[in-house]
Order: sequence, then C-alpha cells, then structure tokens
Amino acid sequence: MVVKVYGTAYASPKRVLACLIEKGIEFEAVPVDLIKGEHRSPEYLKLQPFGALPVIQDGDYTLYESRAIIRYYAEKYKSQGTDLLGKSIEERGLVEQWLEVEAQNFHPHIYNLTLHILFASALGFPPDEKVIKESEEKLGKVLDVYEERLSKSNYLAGDFFSLADLSHLPFTQYLVGPINKEYMIRSRKHVSAWWDQISSRPSWKKVLQL
Amino acid sequence: MAAPVKVYGPTLSTAVSRVLACLIEKDVDFQLIPINMSKGEHKKPDFIKMQPFGQVPAFQDESISLFESRAICRYICDKYADKGNKELYGTNPLAKASIDQWLEAEGQSFNPPSGALVFQLAFAPRMKIPQDEGLIKQNQEKLGKVLDVYEKRLGESRFLAGDEFSLADLSHLPNTQYLVAGTDRGELFTSRKNVGRWWSEISSRESWKKVVQMQKSG
Repeated sequence: MVVKVYGTAYASPKRVLACLIEKGIEFEAVPVDLIKGEHRSPEYLKLQPFGALPVIQDGDYTLYESRAIIRYYAEKYKSQGTDLLGKSIEERGLVEQWLEVEAQNFHPHIYNLTLHILFASALGFPPDEKVIKESEEKLGKVLDVYEERLSKSNYLAGDFFSLADLSHLPFTQYLVGPINKEYMIRSRKHVSAWWDQISSRPSWKKVLQL
Repeated sequence: MAAPVKVYGPTLSTAVSRVLACLIEKDVDFQLIPINMSKGEHKKPDFIKMQPFGQVPAFQDESISLFESRAICRYICDKYADKGNKELYGTNPLAKASIDQWLEAEGQSFNPPSGALVFQLAFAPRMKIPQDEGLIKQNQEKLGKVLDVYEKRLGESRFLAGDEFSLADLSHLPNTQYLVAGTDRGELFTSRKNVGRWWSEISSRESWKKVVQMQKSG
C-alpha cells in the first residue's frame, strides 16, 4: 500500500517524506495549494480539521501532525531501513526528549522567521521586524544549547541518527537557504558539522529533488 | 527507601504537573524536589546540568535523566508499561498513533494560546507584570478556534484519541485547570457542550485531583 502524503511542497510534510525514505516506504505526493486556500476547503478539513499540513492516508487510515506520523512509521517499520528510535527504552527516551525540544524550543522561533520572511507577502501582511529580531535572538540561544550538546554527542539523542535530528531538516533547510541566515549554523562549529552530516543523507537529498 | 524516580520543579508549573499526573496514573512512586523559580534556582549551574534550557521539569530515575514533560510522560508509559493505567499510551500501534496525533495537537495548537493566557491571566498578576490586553484578545481568539475543532471531535469520540482516557487528554489538564479554576475565562471551555463534558470527566479523575491537592498544599 502506498502512503499518500499531502502538501509536500511545504516544510512539515518533508519531515514525513524524509522518514518514509529512510524506512524504505513507498509514498505518493499530493499537492495542496496554500495560496489558493485549499487547506481550508471542506474536503481537506475532513482529513485535517485544523487545516494544517501534512496529513497522510494509508489505505483507509488517516493520520495528521508530522511528528505523530514519523513516530508511527518509525515504530511500525522498526526492523526495516534505518532505525530512527534508538535500541533501548532509555535511547528512545532521549529521542523523545530531543524531538520535544525541536517541537517546543526550536520550532516556534524558526517558524516565526519562516512566516515573516518567506510567506508574509504571499499571505498579505507586512513582515514584523520586531518578531524577526526576537525570534532570531531566541533561536540563537537554543542553538547555543545544541552547540554544547553536539560537542559531546554526534547526534542529538546520542551517537546515532534519529527522529530527533530528522525533525530539524525541513525548517533548517529554509534557514540556510531562502531565509538567508546560514551564519546561525556556520558560526557554531558542532552545529555546523551536525547540519552537514544530517543534510547530506541520501534521504534528504532525495526529498529536495522531489 | 527513597523512590528512585525524582521530579524537579514547582507543583504550580503546568509542565511539572503534567508529569506528576502521568506518574500518579501509572502508579509510579516518586519524590518531588521543589525548585524555587522566583529565586532563580532553575538558572543555577546545578539545575542547568540537568536541563540545559533552564526550564522545569527535570526527571531522573535509576537509568536516565530526562527533560521535556511530554517526552518524560512517553518514557514513563514505556518503562512502566505494566503498571497502573495500561491504556494511557495505547495498547496497539493505531491507538498509540492517535494518542500521538492529539498530543501533538495539544503541543502545537492548544498549548501556545492557552499557555499565553495562563501566563497573562494567572501568573502575570502574581509576578506584578502588567497584562497585555492585545495578547490576551489575540490568544483568546486563537484558542477559541482550536476549541471549535475539539468541540466537533468530542461530539464523535468520548476522549480525544478514542474511547479511553489517554496521555493526550492528560496533557491538557494543567493549562485548562488554571483557565477554568483560576481565571474568568473558563467559559471558553464550559460554554462548549462537548468540551465542557470532556473537561468535567478528565478533571475529576483521582490522579488529577491529587495533583491539584499537591498544587494547593505546595
């Protein structure tokens, strides 16, 4: 059964694609036009009632929230492809910890930068310079903690690539690319090395080619 | 003998109380080690060693040191799978996925506006910080839209992830407790029939009553 992934032109659905490729799971990309407001159409809201991206359909089964989707597939196909969850309950605990760090500490600030720098004009509002400045400062402080962590450990949860690292790929790609703040990564030696490692994985290169 | 499980933080913290509720549901003994945030204990080197972002809670058992309340809850359910409420994180992959979906909805859609309101309405006055009416209005509107989605869902399902109380519902207890019992915005929840019914049910669980008691006496 091929997994349908909605909204793959955007960042959060790419979290799901990276995971599916790491696990060797076939998928079909279904476009959703945000500018046309397709995510607020009655048909889309039946699948994802918050009107957010992504949602997946796996036969009759529907699931949304990218970090829930990646947990589901990483566990369901644990013995296939890359193991993204660690090898013990404790390693899994560390994966969950850094996945929550991404969701709660990293994401809000990088999302603000994405919204105001990349999408403000398309969505019809002026970018808020104060929000941009504050978000960059806060993101910098978070990256300082990452720098310390990654000086002791090759990846966030330990010496293995996991869902926690994977979850950072899509929005960090925006940061070093169109947001134009690559210096935030490059000025931090261990964060920079980590970014090079995780972004050069064949799965991520494949996602960017789609 | 002291319990090997330790939780560091004040009971009044929403994230700390999330973990306490989970430990009580799972029947896991723990020690609560208070952290005085008004004295800046969460920013001191000893605490930063456990939680590098200087946030509460931090958690330890005999095999691991962890932070992030929702990660701690998942770990507790994994490690102590055979204890207490066995349905809390589902007993099959589809149930677990649904719980994760609604845990993420809580973390990404419910927590930001409800957390902002809890800070503005319950904490700012205590800390003698002036309230921001603009932020209050904005977050009230945002939370209202999220609760409209919940209203529909809870008309079709007894609890968020399905027919059983789960971590997903539990994760909503701390912020909602403040808004319903500690501010005048409780009607955001109680004016919505299904959300009101759900709140009534989840907040009357023994585990949550114990946490509220700990908050009152701590």
